Amino acid sequence: MSDAAPTTPAPISDAERAELRRHGILLTSLQELYTWGCSNSVWPLNFGLACCAIEMIAASMAKFDIARFGSEVFRPSPRQADLLIVSGTVTKKMAPQVIRLWNQMPEPKYCIAMGACAISGGPFKQGYNVLKGVDRFIPVDIYIPGCPPRPEALLHGLLEIQKKIKGFQIAGPDAPRHLRSDLECNCPVPEFGAHDIEPTANPKVWTAPVIVRSEKG
Amino acid sequence: METVEQIRDRLLARFPGAEISVITNPGVAAQHSLLLDHAHARAIAEFLRDDTTLKLDQCSNVTGIDWPEKKITETSKVSVPDPAGGPAKVVEQKTERVQPGMLEVVYHLYSIALRHGPVILRLRTGNRTDQVTVPSLTPVWRACEFQEREVFDLYGVKFDGHPDLRRILMWDEFKDFPMRKDYVEPDDYEWEPTPHGVVLEKAKAHYPAPPPAAAPATGGAKP
Repeated sequence: MSDAAPTTPAPISDAERAELRRHGILLTSLQELYTWGCSNSVWPLNFGLACCAIEMIAASMAKFDIARFGSEVFRPSPRQADLLIVSGTVTKKMAPQVIRLWNQMPEPKYCIAMGACAISGGPFKQGYNVLKGVDRFIPVDIYIPGCPPRPEALLHGLLEIQKKIKGFQIAGPDAPRHLRSDLECNCPVPEFGAHDIEPTANPKVWTAPVIVRSEKG
Repeated sequence: METVEQIRDRLLARFPGAEISVITNPGVAAQHSLLLDHAHARAIAEFLRDDTTLKLDQCSNVTGIDWPEKKITETSKVSVPDPAGGPAKVVEQKTERVQPGMLEVVYHLYSIALRHGPVILRLRTGNRTDQVTVPSLTPVWRACEFQEREVFDLYGVKFDGHPDLRRILMWDEFKDFPMRKDYVEPDDYEWEPTPHGVVLEKAKAHYPAPPPAAAPATGGAKP
């Protein structure tokens, strides 16, 4: 199975494999096994920022039961976590700590921006002390809109993460960043400046959108 | 509970040298307040806390107010006698005066023991730049500690006698005072789908309109 070309996702067709499975032979590829394992044990970091965290907690409890998807193990240490759910407003004072937590998580790691605040600053977008979206500093995989999003929306976001992981190539140029040596995984932590955090964004993951004012306004 | 005027009279009798004035609130709430001088503020606060008829044992709220320097034009009607002997003319006279800028700290006091309140105290600084110290009332009411730190953080009022005067919401390296009216916030404006009001002004400043050769823009940023 490892002799197959690394970019080929499935060395045999699904029909052939189903046929073999009927005869009691389980045949799989390393890539499939790897992504299957990764996608069904996404452990979130036990980390909440604001009211979205309440919905995240609700999603982890019996009624919504995030354990159905293998993510019930909320880890209190970033060293053991795979998924950072940024659940709430990121103030500029909190931003360096969020980025530090992200850097302390081992690869493979994923980030969900949960709710309007984590996506763009939300209702506090005009505030002088609010980060206008956590994607200014760390790469975000899934954005979940809502204020706050329902627990079902978080579960949907988790399923989308799983779908994304299942589509990973474990070798070759399309491999995710943790399987490649040419990509930097750490994000620089901003410093507290006299008027704002410095720098105000990580240019590797975010650039300001080019806005052209329309002619008729 | 006694009225503010009664409290003031009692305080003046108790503290002969103190300058205490009543600031009236013209609104419906009519919550008049006492403006204290710096020298006697601490002693007066202790008196209000320990006095048996007031017993203001809780400071529920401390807040700041920024009063920037402003010009006030007052219009008054003056009757000018006619030199020819006719009826006096009424002339409108406009006088301009500059109200100096200052920072103000407001304390709301209640009595849990006697279930009354609020009694409102005010302290004023000399100006907004270098004379920004007022006496701290934290030694009198422990509840003032964090709120005075917040006023220090957001308005820049320094509290003399505060046990731990540090910024509480913003980081220590921060230099500005965000709740002052002349605060200029960092320009991290990004994009607003339907800007209006203040946000439209920001959008216009951040994304200047296309040159006049194109059709004139009436405002609004679009992606």
